[in-house]
Amino acid sequence: MITPLLEVEGLSVTFKTPHRLVRAVRDISFAVGKEKVGIVGESGSGKSVTGRAILKLTPGNGTVSARRMQFEEIDLANASETEMLNVRGKRIGMILQDPKFSLDPVMRAGDQIAEALPPGLTKAEARERVLEVLEAVQIRNPKRVYDLYPHECSGGMGQRVMIAMMLVPEPKLLIADEPTSALDVTVRMQVLAILDDLVERRGLGLMFISHDLNLVATFCDRVLIMYAGRIVEECKASELRQATHPYTQGLLASLPRIGDRRKRLATLVRDPAWAL
Amino acid sequence: MIEVEDLTVRFGKGKAAVTAVDGVSFTVRTGEAFGLVGESGCGKTTILRALAGLNEDWSGLVRIDGKQLMPKRERAFYKLVQIVFQDPYGSLHPRFTVNGTLMEPIKIHDLDRPDERIDRVLRQVGLGPAFRFRYPHQLSGGQRQRVAIARALILEPKLMLLDEPTSALDVSVQAEILNLLTDIRDSTGLTFLLVSHDLSVVSHMCDRLAVMNQGRIYEELTVEDLVQRRYRETYTRQLFEASLGYDKRLSTAQVKALDEAGA
Repeated sequence: MITPLLEVEGLSVTFKTPHRLVRAVRDISFAVGKEKVGIVGESGSGKSVTGRAILKLTPGNGTVSARRMQFEEIDLANASETEMLNVRGKRIGMILQDPKFSLDPVMRAGDQIAEALPPGLTKAEARERVLEVLEAVQIRNPKRVYDLYPHECSGGMGQRVMIAMMLVPEPKLLIADEPTSALDVTVRMQVLAILDDLVERRGLGLMFISHDLNLVATFCDRVLIMYAGRIVEECKASELRQATHPYTQGLLASLPRIGDRRKRLATLVRDPAWAL
Repeated sequence: MIEVEDLTVRFGKGKAAVTAVDGVSFTVRTGEAFGLVGESGCGKTTILRALAGLNEDWSGLVRIDGKQLMPKRERAFYKLVQIVFQDPYGSLHPRFTVNGTLMEPIKIHDLDRPDERIDRVLRQVGLGPAFRFRYPHQLSGGQRQRVAIARALILEPKLMLLDEPTSALDVSVQAEILNLLTDIRDSTGLTFLLVSHDLSVVSHMCDRLAVMNQGRIYEELTVEDLVQRRYRETYTRQLFEASLGYDKRLSTAQVKALDEAGA
């Protein structure tokens, strides 16, 4: 295996609600190296909570515990809030689902990206850096895009602005939570090609959280399948079709496919034992 | 069942006017399942809303079941045509029980034997009478979509308009709802007009489909044509390829092509 950037052992996330304790993530262990790791699961499986727990962005009613959570030389499990400030955004970037909600609506795209730059640059230097990074995410006319407000950007453009912003501090690991779900299929492929290229050229690690099995199977190197807060299966993405866990098999069988002549789709019969 | 000729829908006035649907024509035969596929903003839902009578501001010629439609609809129209919406969290009244939701169409159309009808339709959508007095918040997304389908079925329509009926659901639940729709079509001979961005869902459910982009129908083809890749339009090919998953070579080529076009 590739030298891991991030190693997680025994991660659990529990939320306290007025009625009961919700154990959203239960004792999961995994590692991410300079590769594309997909985390797939249905809604409520704990995949997004896992992504946020790594950056300690769990809301106040949640508690994160882990036997070990090591990111390069930093012990995330025991890191203080001050230490986390040097991790979030700087060492580990996060890309969210919908650029419409995650960009500041009243600030020009370029200025938002410039906020991520280290202090002490002149205005001209900062602008130059922003234009460079916009080019890195394949924006063809960076000077024009610099001056756009988020509402003037298309979905694909907005998502690229967000990726650009995340790249400025040169993080080692990117956590992308459904980064292409809000995008149209044709634009989606372009954004994926850009991510793919960045992982390869900059040697980044990418945690790709998604509900789309087909996409993960074709885009990632490795896949973790989550169900009810646990990782039920881990395999090479190219071997997802030969997955052995009945949940993974059930999910794959329930997908409609072009050219498949089944009249009815297989439905998933959930075994309570999977959630134990 | 449906004949649409030169349907045009515009929003806004003067300079700000947007032509959402631009002279679209298609025909759906009785008992057929027809799909409208395209990406967000292509006008597919706008067509559906115009047909359903939810938007009165359109021009063109639309005949449903042989009768020419006026922008304003009579009550009898809604007994013939029903619609199921995308988001089962938004399309059910939160303060109505399942019973309340299903009683509404019965009252409006003054139907007899309401209890019998509700029980039957709940069984038909696989929920059963136990669900009759539950509120939407007590139901899962899939169960809510079943209620929305029951609400459409209770009037025993001839045409069902389906607006992305499974895109808000997990794949395993999507399979259940698609199977339910297949069963309903088998047992009732309903005509379906299904709108979706997902080519694989449309190819699974429909006999024929139209590919839309920017308010126009680019091409119409049978599902068999699609499976055999007998499409003429580049756009259809792109949708087809994207539905197969990520392909590094193709996607990189697409980015490059856009670069050169300077778009």
